[in-house]
Amino acid sequence: MNWQGWAEIALTLGLAVAIAWPLGVYMSRVWNGERTWLDPALKPVEALFYSAGGIDPRKSQTWHAYALALLAFNAAGFVTVYAVLRLQGVLPLNPQGFAGVSPHLAFNTAASFVTNTNWQSYGGETTMSTLSQMLVLTVQNFVSAATGATIAAALARAFIANRGEGVGNFWADLVRTTLYVLLPLSIVLSIVLVALGLPQTLAASVDATTVEGAPQKIALFAVASQEAIKQLGINGGGVFNANSAHPFENPTPLTDLITAVSINVLGWAAFFAFGRSALARKEIRALVIAAMILLSAGAAAVYAAETQPAPALVAAHVDASVNLEGKEVRFGAPATAVWVAMTTGASNGSVNGMHSSLMPLGGAVAMFLMQLGEILPGGIGSGIAIMVVMALLAVFVAGLMVGRTPEYLGKKVEAREIQLAMLAVLIIPLSMLGFSAIAAVLPEALKGLMHAGPHGLSEILYGYTSATANNGSAFGGLSANAPWWDTTLGISMMLGRFVPIVAVLAIAGGLAAKPKLAPSVGTLPTHGGLFIGLLIGVILILGGLQFFPALALGPIVEHFQALAVVAAVH
Amino acid sequence: MLSHLRPALVTMGLFTALLGLAYPLAVTGVAQAAFPYQANGSLVRDAKGTVVGSALIGQAFAAPRYLHPRPSAAGAGYDASASSGSNMGPMNPALAERVKADADALRVEDPGAIIPADAVTTSGSGLDPDISPAYADLQAVRIAKARGLASRDVQAVIDAHVQGRLLGFIGQPRVNVLAVNRALDARAPG
Repeated sequence: MNWQGWAEIALTLGLAVAIAWPLGVYMSRVWNGERTWLDPALKPVEALFYSAGGIDPRKSQTWHAYALALLAFNAAGFVTVYAVLRLQGVLPLNPQGFAGVSPHLAFNTAASFVTNTNWQSYGGETTMSTLSQMLVLTVQNFVSAATGATIAAALARAFIANRGEGVGNFWADLVRTTLYVLLPLSIVLSIVLVALGLPQTLAASVDATTVEGAPQKIALFAVASQEAIKQLGINGGGVFNANSAHPFENPTPLTDLITAVSINVLGWAAFFAFGRSALARKEIRALVIAAMILLSAGAAAVYAAETQPAPALVAAHVDASVNLEGKEVRFGAPATAVWVAMTTGASNGSVNGMHSSLMPLGGAVAMFLMQLGEILPGGIGSGIAIMVVMALLAVFVAGLMVGRTPEYLGKKVEAREIQLAMLAVLIIPLSMLGFSAIAAVLPEALKGLMHAGPHGLSEILYGYTSATANNGSAFGGLSANAPWWDTTLGISMMLGRFVPIVAVLAIAGGLAAKPKLAPSVGTLPTHGGLFIGLLIGVILILGGLQFFPALALGPIVEHFQALAVVAAVH
Repeated sequence: MLSHLRPALVTMGLFTALLGLAYPLAVTGVAQAAFPYQANGSLVRDAKGTVVGSALIGQAFAAPRYLHPRPSAAGAGYDASASSGSNMGPMNPALAERVKADADALRVEDPGAIIPADAVTTSGSGLDPDISPAYADLQAVRIAKARGLASRDVQAVIDAHVQGRLLGFIGQPRVNVLAVNRALDARAPG
């Protein structure tokens, strides 16, 4: 560890929040239907969506109608992805000549990209045609991200409604977030990334003859346009198998800084946008601070873990100051560590180093940040929405302690809200731990593991954790492209995505119908240090404690094994 | 549900055309016009115009007269159409064996100070174009001997190719293996 490393980590984390502030104001204007400076260019395109789709964007929907529209749109996306993947062998723009993908892989990939997970059971450059990369990955990267944003927009409206009925119009939220936020930012970022070295071509590969005379086939793609939305949309699915460790996705420390910041920037922006749209700026600042404390602690812990002596290096008597297995020289420990925290704290899942080769505690932190529910800052909108659910639980716990009906942002929090909040947060451990428990005893599942012992358990746990959290990063030793893994991981992605979404929308519907209360002397302040502490406590107890036994059997055991090896050599 | 069918299908269709086709094709057009070198893979060509690789992608070097890259887990090694890390966990016995075997071989080939970690670890992509300055320095004596040069001449070529941290703290110091080897060949064809 050195000062340069700490400075790089602090800059990366801080830059994302700093840029997110003004972007959040803009995002809120987009959600509220206010004027933006892109109106002249985009209004006609937006109007085309509404007229062709028979959509009245000013019609506010009940939460039922909003949720049904969201599910219908995602179902249409799922069918499109599945069909394109199965048929890619006979579709155009397939210079690689790849065949259609198998039914289980098509199911898994469709679930993965529709749910904003971007788990990849396949290697991009060896499986997906150029057309599939564009129509499947790129399109869903945009619209799955926008889908997440819609629920934050709906929830924000619920808090300012006074005995209202509607939570907004799903189609308007979807179209406006995509056109006004995601598309312009992606265009700018992709051009910047090309200038910094990312390829952008329709050619599939180029044949080189190396200096020593050997053939080298170098895979190419339209990398930059996909890289931009992969990060900004908090998706994480790479063009290449090695994802952002690949020099074509992430060639320099500067592209690394820019793309790492891009992982978190719109997640934080959605926090600020929620604060502006729900007229709760101070309260949202408290949520940002709580999330930032946890995320920074995670990044620091990974940096510390990756600079501990790695057993294989110690045993071979080579320099063991940094665990470089699975890391790129240009990034080293600090850039990899901060990426690990940012990609797992958001539901991104891209990697600039291989998580399976992290030190045991580095891998444990990655899993833990996902298990907290993807709220640091999570996906665009989905992160702030689940964070507000955590805040509801925190005021509920505080209310129990002092014997008052809890309130949050001027709305009474009652039994229905707490039941739905618990549904949203309990489906996550149920899917992560439930599937892991079954897979751990099923020979069909165990066939896919690369490692025996604690690291093998970590592969299983990481897989279901990542899928349920809609993250998509992996302990890459797991051979997930098999019927059991593809199917169950696909199911856990859907559970982890749509159950919390429907629960949050149901909460929004209930809150919208309640009267807006003015704060009284008995109201628990939800913007100060006390509340931040309480919220962090609730997040750690809810997210953390239930996973501790599983983590103890996986990475924590492995950590003590590693310590023993290092001690034996010295 | 049925009333949602039309907007669902229409928006999906329009998004597919706009985001799946127009967006990547438009960016490709701009990129090819404005940044053709980067957009086509930062390709490196020899005097005859033959592509010898990409400035961003590592390639295998085994001859003693060349700077050697890190071990690679991409395909059979530096397969630029099958990027991959080893994915080996820190306690994997196969990892310990591989590191020890590589370290033992290196002590014979490049005897010297302590072996840097990047010399015996595979990168995340398997295509890492860089090595640490320490690993490059370790190889200078062997390269000089193979080329009949003074080792300080080889060291000078390496030093000229060390890229430091951006602004003094972003990223890690590194040496691009392909660039050094091309510079060595240009200076003294081995």
